[in-house]
Amino acid sequence: MAAAAAALLLLLAAAGPGRAVPGRARRDALREELLLSPLPNGDVAAAFQFRTRWDADLPRGAVSHYRLFPKALGRLVAALGVQELHLALTQGFWRTRTWGQPPLQAPAGAELWVWFQPTVTDVDKAWKELSNILSGIFCASLNFIDSTNTVTPTASFKPLGLANGTDHHLLRYAVLPREVVCTENLTPWKKLLPCGSKAGLAVLLKAERLFHSSYHSQAVHIRPICRDASCLAVSWELRQTLTVVFDTFSSGQGKKDWSLFKMFSRTLTDACPLASQSKVYVDISPKNKEKELLEVTPAPASVYEAIVQGEKRTYAVYDLLSPSLFNTSRSLNVQLKWKRPKNHLAQPATPVSSPLARYVSGYGLQTGEISTLIYNTHPYRAFPVILLETVPWYLRLYVHTLTIITKGKENKPSYIHYQPAQDRRRPHLLEMLIQLPANSVTKITIQFERALLKWTEYTPDPNHGFYVSSSVLSALVPSVIAMKAVDVEQSPLFTSLFPSSDGSSYFVRLYTEPLLVNLPTPDFSMPYNVICLTCTVVAVCYGSFYNLLTRTFHVEEPSRGGLAKRLANIIRKFRGVPPL
Amino acid sequence: MSGHFLLLKKSNNFSIFQDQAEQFFRSGHTNNWAVLVCTSRFWFNYRHVANTLSVYRSVKRLGIPDSHIVLMLADDMACNPRNPKPATVFSHKNMELNVYGDDVEVDYRSYEVTVENFLRVLTGRIPPSTPRSKRLLSDDRSNILIYMTGHGGNGFLKFQDSEEITNVELADAFEQMWQKRRYNELLFIIDTCQGASMYERFYSPNIMALASSQVGEDSLSHQPDLGIGVHLMDRYTFYVLEFLEEIHPASQTNMNDLFQVCPKSLCVSTPGHRTDLFQRDPQNVLITDFFGSVRKVEITTETVSLDNDLAGFESNLPKDELATEPLKYAEQLPVAQIIHQKPKQKDWHPPGGFILGLWALIIMVFFKTYGIKHMKHIF
Repeated sequence: MAAAAAALLLLLAAAGPGRAVPGRARRDALREELLLSPLPNGDVAAAFQFRTRWDADLPRGAVSHYRLFPKALGRLVAALGVQELHLALTQGFWRTRTWGQPPLQAPAGAELWVWFQPTVTDVDKAWKELSNILSGIFCASLNFIDSTNTVTPTASFKPLGLANGTDHHLLRYAVLPREVVCTENLTPWKKLLPCGSKAGLAVLLKAERLFHSSYHSQAVHIRPICRDASCLAVSWELRQTLTVVFDTFSSGQGKKDWSLFKMFSRTLTDACPLASQSKVYVDISPKNKEKELLEVTPAPASVYEAIVQGEKRTYAVYDLLSPSLFNTSRSLNVQLKWKRPKNHLAQPATPVSSPLARYVSGYGLQTGEISTLIYNTHPYRAFPVILLETVPWYLRLYVHTLTIITKGKENKPSYIHYQPAQDRRRPHLLEMLIQLPANSVTKITIQFERALLKWTEYTPDPNHGFYVSSSVLSALVPSVIAMKAVDVEQSPLFTSLFPSSDGSSYFVRLYTEPLLVNLPTPDFSMPYNVICLTCTVVAVCYGSFYNLLTRTFHVEEPSRGGLAKRLANIIRKFRGVPPL
Repeated sequence: MSGHFLLLKKSNNFSIFQDQAEQFFRSGHTNNWAVLVCTSRFWFNYRHVANTLSVYRSVKRLGIPDSHIVLMLADDMACNPRNPKPATVFSHKNMELNVYGDDVEVDYRSYEVTVENFLRVLTGRIPPSTPRSKRLLSDDRSNILIYMTGHGGNGFLKFQDSEEITNVELADAFEQMWQKRRYNELLFIIDTCQGASMYERFYSPNIMALASSQVGEDSLSHQPDLGIGVHLMDRYTFYVLEFLEEIHPASQTNMNDLFQVCPKSLCVSTPGHRTDLFQRDPQNVLITDFFGSVRKVEITTETVSLDNDLAGFESNLPKDELATEPLKYAEQLPVAQIIHQKPKQKDWHPPGGFILGLWALIIMVFFKTYGIKHMKHIF
């Protein structure tokens, strides 16, 4: 019967794009999109986005028929009163210096932030249940999220979807920097897609190729959005994004030319039959400093121009649903060739200045200092940024040592929210709104002291160190070119995650590196050593003394011997031989 | 005469069917579970993760679904930065067989693999918010396969270099499982040094145990791979995997064949087994009783037609309430709103007894010293 249903769907899909489903309009829609961007240093970034949109009112719990929207997540939203959910699992770090601005960045490890509905009475309990359920769905150790790594930010992480006022007590944010991302996290993520990994763009998601990369980030975003332009009704949107950076060129294993087959060891054969839109975008914008030309094969059917993150970009578009795409060959293998003489390949790309850096300084195992550097490279515009730092309780921050220095002078933040840590209960939370002057470097330093943990609180590998999660920088960056507001439904998915308020600036959220800090670690073999030593001392010294003091010697009569000996002595006496 | 002959033949056929039906139900279990545990951390213990994943792969291949497998891996080898081939775990030299695969679900990983969690999974004493995939939801008709590997000694198994589980604790856990009727039959396989010491103390019925080495012997690893740089598998599990690759869901191979796997000439250690607590003869126990999955299938000849048109169903949903005025998105960085965010007013508490007493003392001392005439200067 599954085959019959699939055949029916294929029949509907084959009927053409202008089909009208007899009976009623579908209430959910799937759009899938792949964005391929060559990066300045020769690597290539691939960003998948799958968006399922459902015109239903989830929180009221009135739905029981799930078609494209996965039931696991739909039930979660309805049962726990979730307004917005964002979960990202990332392996690696986006190197802005060599790769440029990230399209959508996530911190290393697992990041989960959730806005709850105002009807939820006990937000902490709902948060704990949510992290447990998500740890089961995504095979990640999200159940380690508890009060020691959860914070409630007051100025960052405003809702990305429709919101009716923002009471920050409904927001929870947690990061697990030590979380590993591997195939077992990708498998359930793929199973949430309507077509699974069997058709459409998801056939490219092979774990062996995706994890052989410098950066792998997969995320799930659920939020309510406007159903149409009048915005009188709410639809629910589930976005699944996966960003991968393949570094075969810069790690010396390949040439700068690449293709879908080289990256994913698969090519595209068809679109997902359940998708209403399925496109591949290739970034062919000319890079300003390079003279080389980009050649894309097969020739794209159309070209799309947009202003993304303040820059004008050109994209070649391949529409997998258009029948003319698969006319010549059954599979689509997008290839990019660089027209440039061979001897120019060794030239390194000019580095882009990284807007953010963070490091730990200091020596020894008692004190240290965390420094964050923020660069504003805009030549003449200043803009405000919010910096959110979450530091675990065992690094005791001293806020009186907090200094913010810009261009040699002190820079007082317009807003500071500091929540000190409570041992074993709550981490430090430091949020600051800082104005960055044009063309400047801002350095924020704060000193800390390392605490001594109880010996049962150490992880099984304590000499690895302890992680401090990434800081978050939220900024409204003024864009060089004014962006006009476009209809969300018509524009590609990679431009529409952050709701834009006006065209003069764009919102960006950047993350720093996580820090690895060594805590004073005891020698865990000491209890065993102590027991051995003490027992030896007790046995040898005390035992000897005890024997010396209390042992007495008696003279013992030689025994007469047993019966056999006596009989033998009687016989020997008869023989005249000396007795035994 | 021919009618009689026909009747006789029919009754013969009937008794054949009856025998087959009886054989089908002889083992007495209706579902299968597997708990696969790797207890070692760090890159040089790659082989323990490969051991566990080999058994996982065989068990999945023979039919046990992921929802019935609790897989616990104490460290991540596939995406370890030292792995030259990410997202793979190999069991054979020259990277022939990737036991990690593309469809793996690990239930307990990394720091979650502790003795406490393992015993909670076995006995079912789990916090209420634990998701289903992390629970062992077995009943009294379940056959459970428990496979453990790692570093062990005489009477204990080491978990992640920081704690141990002893054979007495394990035996007590199995007894709890028996008393709560959480298993029908249990097969316990352990691949560690001195593994036989772990099953010495079992005292609950219906347990069969296999170990890779006797007390006083070490289990050895099989072969290193020069590309990866570590030993890939342990000998006992390597030969068990080879044996299991020959098994398919309809095999009739029994446990006696499994006891013969890896003799001393191949394994260097002497594998041991214990069957005195098991009620059936190992000759009659199929490998697929534990490694495969029994599904009860009822064949029906009536057709079930599915209603293709769900229009009536969906039109019964309540109409969405439309808002009266348009909803809007929140501003991402509302600077003015943030700056003027009033700090939360701390509730005013009346001063406590100490403060009141202190002030009363100060005022009394003042007036005692300087006299009451200063009152008018204050009020």
